[in-house]
Amino acid sequence: MANNHLTSESKQLATWYLTFAAILFGAQLLFGLVAAIQYIVPGFLYGILDFSIARILHINALVVWMVFAMFGSVYWLLPDETGIETIGIKAGKLVYWIFVAAIVVVVLVYLFIQIGPASDATIWFITEGREYIEAPRWADLGIVVVALTFVANLFLTGIKGKQTGIVTVLMADMIAFAGLYLAGMFFTDNISVDQYWWWWVIHLWVEATWEVFVGAIAAYGLITMIGAHRKVVEMWLWIEVAMLFGSGILGLGHHYFWIGTPEYWWEIGALFSALEPLPLVAMFVHVLYDWGKTQGAQDANGDKNSVITNKPAFTWFVLNAFGNFLGAGIWGFFHTLPQVNLYTHGTQFTSAHGHLAFFGAYATILVGVMYLAVQGKNGIKVMKNTKTSIWAVSMISGGVMGMTVSLTIAGYVQVLVSRAQMGATWAGYFDGQNGLWFTQAMDWRLILGIVTFIGFLLLAKDLLTTGKDPVHER
Amino acid sequence: MANKSVWSDNRFWQRSATWITGFASILLIWLTFDTSAQISMGTDEDIQNGVKKKVPGATVINYRITYEMDAKRGHEVPVIGGKEKFFGRDDWSEEEAAAMLHLGKLGSQAKNCMDCHTLLGNGAYYAPDLTKAWLDPAWGPDGSMQAMTGKSTKEEAIAEFLQHPDQYPTHARMMPNLNITEKEAIGLVAFLKHMSSIDTNGFPRNFGKIKGAINGK
Repeated sequence: MANNHLTSESKQLATWYLTFAAILFGAQLLFGLVAAIQYIVPGFLYGILDFSIARILHINALVVWMVFAMFGSVYWLLPDETGIETIGIKAGKLVYWIFVAAIVVVVLVYLFIQIGPASDATIWFITEGREYIEAPRWADLGIVVVALTFVANLFLTGIKGKQTGIVTVLMADMIAFAGLYLAGMFFTDNISVDQYWWWWVIHLWVEATWEVFVGAIAAYGLITMIGAHRKVVEMWLWIEVAMLFGSGILGLGHHYFWIGTPEYWWEIGALFSALEPLPLVAMFVHVLYDWGKTQGAQDANGDKNSVITNKPAFTWFVLNAFGNFLGAGIWGFFHTLPQVNLYTHGTQFTSAHGHLAFFGAYATILVGVMYLAVQGKNGIKVMKNTKTSIWAVSMISGGVMGMTVSLTIAGYVQVLVSRAQMGATWAGYFDGQNGLWFTQAMDWRLILGIVTFIGFLLLAKDLLTTGKDPVHER
Repeated sequence: MANKSVWSDNRFWQRSATWITGFASILLIWLTFDTSAQISMGTDEDIQNGVKKKVPGATVINYRITYEMDAKRGHEVPVIGGKEKFFGRDDWSEEEAAAMLHLGKLGSQAKNCMDCHTLLGNGAYYAPDLTKAWLDPAWGPDGSMQAMTGKSTKEEAIAEFLQHPDQYPTHARMMPNLNITEKEAIGLVAFLKHMSSIDTNGFPRNFGKIKGAINGK
């Protein structure tokens, strides 16, 4: 690439990961739109790309683009944090291509083979049919190899280089992240046992290890973007780790209310998951506090310039601090108590929470890292928002928030009509689905999904072009 | 460092984070052992001796299952009653029943059921929850679904529907044809019947008890 300012191989590799992540992000939104249309026009692509397939692609693309962007983020920050070039870059590049190739094959199989006979061969080569981790067994093994290579690079670099608090947290966090995937790789006839371990992967990823990852990235962002004091930031990070793991690990219990597991999970799940929003409040306060503190210190010296060296990235980071609290914290707490969850479990309520939480907690900060990479790659000292950056962030966050509100209303209809009034039967389910409030909510969801998608197109344009924009200080 | 408070000491917080994480993890592992023992699948002997398991053995398909309010626990629980014919027999052996359940569970994954339906409340929300689908009045003797397929038993009606869902449209939103064979369909019905016997702590509430606002209690 011409005019590439990156001298670090690790950062080069990071841009590969982040680029592919952005492509998958687009694919996620596209298949989400297909599924959203099918709620309104059920015949749309019926028998060709059924809802189940569109949804698999929607949620698998989501998980995979985030994993890619997370690997990319770590490769990006490692040289800055450790002070040395990342060890094992060649292996890192090799597994990058293996990972990309495997994903292309898995997606083609999802699209064109879709299902198989009830046999082990289907589980090995077509689909495992378990929400979020449908990837067939061969791909599971591939993912383990890829994840282990990544973790090995992180550890070798972290041990040899400077071991900052951020690197230490990432090392501990990423090994747990990789290890937990193993819990989702076996087959059992007992669906209660199946779901027990399935939640180890899903919950302990998104409500524990991924959250800690976000804490570490936010800490790095505060140091690099506004020059926050490392010692203060890392102290916050350790407090967040304590609070996130302290509440999140046993918060797993809120998935064990109704799957055949003992009743004691009601109390454990309710108590610990009710505590889960606390660290998210702390993270929000922490980001704003550090921002105000560094800006205030600079103002006091008579320098009225902004302390922020990357406006678009910082916008996404602040959005993350708030979105994490709102989407994961508030929308999660809405339905986490068993008395409420008895009626909301398995309704669009979960979907509403899922949309805002994945976006607020993860998509935002990872897009922020993409902007950091654009800044670094183009040798920009102070990166400014362009009109496109502002339109992109506004349309995406407004769109996702709107979808979340729509799905919450749809969820209320299901809770009241399908569950409370009709007792959750087949007939009750469709009474809820055909209700006016439900169908209107689904219309709004599609409209706001389209807004989100247009926002994504603007984001893609901005990421591709803003690096050359003369508005930035170089 | 002399006058520094422990509350602003990074080492203190690092150690706290480690201890809290370790403690929570150990507690989770300990609870996992307890739960695993409680949710392991029961046996035919358990059913015959009236031993209540959270997840009964596969031969539960030989019995009538109902969903009744348990006054002590304050919610509904599945109750295993007397013998009931399942595809013409009520003496499926432990091996036969286990094989049917195995095929059904495999099928539920091979056909991506969970990406439209919810099972035990988990999955997608595009189609009805299947946790207690076996007990749904729509599939019962007076139910519209059984009548539609023209079959005389619940299990045959469900199996017929699963093989040709596109021939029995109930709503604009239709289940697609998933190339389910007759054998797979029987396995899936066994899987559904078995799932309805799992003690889900009262989820879903009031299942099948309410006939609608007009005919309701």
